[in-house]
Amino acid sequence: MLIPRHSAEKAKHMKSKTIKVDYLARVEGEGGITVKVSGKKVTDVRFNIFEPPRFFEAFLRGRHYSEVPDITARICGICPVAYQMSSIQAIENAFGITVDEQLRLLRRLVYCGEWIESHALHIFMLHAPDFLGYADAIQMAKDHGPIVQMALKIKKVGNDIINIVGGREIHPINIRVGGFYKLPLKSELDSLKERLAWAIEASLQAVKFTSKLRFPDFERPYEYVALRHNKEYPINEGKLISNKGLNIDINDYENHFMEEHVSHSNALHSILKERGAYFVGPLARFNLNLDKLTPAAQEAAKAAGIGKGTNNPFKSIIVRAIEMLYACEEALRIIKDYEVPMKSAEEIKPKLGTGYGCSEAPRGILYHRYRMNDRGIVQEAKIVPPTSQNQKMMEQDLREYVQSHLNLSQEKLTWQCEQTIRNYDPCISCATHFLKLKFEND
Amino acid sequence: MVRKRKVIKKPPRLKKKIYSVRNIRKPKLAVWKFSSCDGCQLSLLDCEDELLTITEHIEIANFPEASSAVTKGPYDISLVEGSITTPHDAERIHQVRRQSKVLISIGACATAGGIQALRNFKDVKNFISAIYANPKYIETLNKSTPIADHVFVDFELRGCPISKYQLVEVINAFLNGRKPNTPSYAVCVECKRRFITCGLIAHGPTCLGPVTQAGCNALCPSYHRGCFGCFGPKETPNTTALSEYWKSLGVKEDELMRLFRGFNAYSEAFRRESEAHEK
Repeated sequence: MLIPRHSAEKAKHMKSKTIKVDYLARVEGEGGITVKVSGKKVTDVRFNIFEPPRFFEAFLRGRHYSEVPDITARICGICPVAYQMSSIQAIENAFGITVDEQLRLLRRLVYCGEWIESHALHIFMLHAPDFLGYADAIQMAKDHGPIVQMALKIKKVGNDIINIVGGREIHPINIRVGGFYKLPLKSELDSLKERLAWAIEASLQAVKFTSKLRFPDFERPYEYVALRHNKEYPINEGKLISNKGLNIDINDYENHFMEEHVSHSNALHSILKERGAYFVGPLARFNLNLDKLTPAAQEAAKAAGIGKGTNNPFKSIIVRAIEMLYACEEALRIIKDYEVPMKSAEEIKPKLGTGYGCSEAPRGILYHRYRMNDRGIVQEAKIVPPTSQNQKMMEQDLREYVQSHLNLSQEKLTWQCEQTIRNYDPCISCATHFLKLKFEND
Repeated sequence: MVRKRKVIKKPPRLKKKIYSVRNIRKPKLAVWKFSSCDGCQLSLLDCEDELLTITEHIEIANFPEASSAVTKGPYDISLVEGSITTPHDAERIHQVRRQSKVLISIGACATAGGIQALRNFKDVKNFISAIYANPKYIETLNKSTPIADHVFVDFELRGCPISKYQLVEVINAFLNGRKPNTPSYAVCVECKRRFITCGLIAHGPTCLGPVTQAGCNALCPSYHRGCFGCFGPKETPNTTALSEYWKSLGVKEDELMRLFRGFNAYSEAFRRESEAHEK
């Protein structure tokens, strides 16, 4: 077989080609990629989402506010807590309720559990095999046994936090508008202390492990969008900011962002009205909120060689490990200070009005808006998941990456295209309320 | 990577028509996804303590969410998650059945149509136009239907989400050629076993426990809230009597309807009951 030495020579041999991945693996949900290359130019990039639509926004209409967190949890089995939190925040906003500090911290704790569980899953089971050349974590376990075992153990700590506070790890049942159904005992939470202390050490190892991976040379001038909170690293709440001047309250979201419907995707593409595509998720949060990380997490980032202005999306795996470390520390802090609140939930009085909610799901900002009537029945719902916000950026990354790496073999390029998508930890189930990879040479 | 197996033994047929895969040395497991939230297949990855042991005994041959490696079928056990909602999926499920010796549907979507089956009670066109700007790009069926409506299913594992312990039990049972030990009685039985105060009396009337299949170990009642039917209707549920009791306590018709319109809304028993209270 003739192996062309450089891209110009290669271009002669393949006037046009298509890189195609029909069913993208190691992502949540069903999607594919198609990249068309004609001569030396990438002509079309499509990130197809064929996960069937599920119409959540439509059937939330007519439901009682108390049912909403249970229903929205079902949008995603990997990040149900995020959906519950954003919807609760929106409904409480509509009813004019604020919860007391202890309840707020308990919510932050269960959210930390989801970050730990989701990040551990993505770093070690979905993304690391890409860098090390394995098909999956189980194959990886044959050569890197202790790492995979450590990953499973960290993941379990995260799940156990959700178990204790939320009732179960997938679709928790204890989270409600106004607070919780039942408060965890101090002794129940204390049982996690030792394992969290271990998880902090393990996360430090994870940061070291991920920082030693080999990263493709690839940077782009992204617009990052994330929440920003004046006191803490953003999880549950904050203002929306970006590195290009956005600074708004969440109820202003729809004045600055809009959704487009494109033919090749069952998920809507979200864009900034003024500037188009934007980037949400760990890398965005890290770049915008580095100063709010704990000293240990900042130290770990420094040691791993990343800081503000990290624009290589492949390095998001390191950022996830840093956030995992942060979430473990934060969870331990909350547990140490935990006092059982006076009451499990605030009293709810339904009120006519519209409420807005936005929280940082493991994959990025998750926006909810509900219009409620005076009996507490949903009149209209709008949900914008993180993956649909990143879709446009994923397509742009693919275009740029393929364009600058046309000299690679088709096999290698296809593999790295998949990896480009996995940088974003896309959750397709979420986005349709969304993955599959295709390259076409026509 | 394609690996050829030397001997393919036909699974022996046992008394209760349960197919056993115990004679096959390392059985092949496939996980398939249809319309769903991914939560049930995640249950397999959530078996943190058991996962590596499970993979010593079975080969995970096709599991796109966890692996980019695919071993060709046929598969000894197929776990099917999600409901059928598109013409393409209605075709695909037949391909899955053809490649599978044992097909187990997992979760409320696969066994009852899931939360997305709420469309079955409305006109789906209105749903599409409520969300998508260009409805013509969206291809979907009018109804979200369970797997058993399309192909023969060997075993249905209920739950929204499924219990990971029941999942391990079911896989284990099929590997050893025995009947899975999963209950068909009501959540009430688990509640009594755990000495939990009856929620129907203590926390307000709306608990679906008496008509819902056990499997969660009475989770919601243990958290001071009524059961909302994640595991679907139990064997012979008396939904009418429960509704009448609620009505006598002042629960309104629209609330009764919503109670039965959850994650198992399209299961026979819950569907009939919710329709009885629809205006």
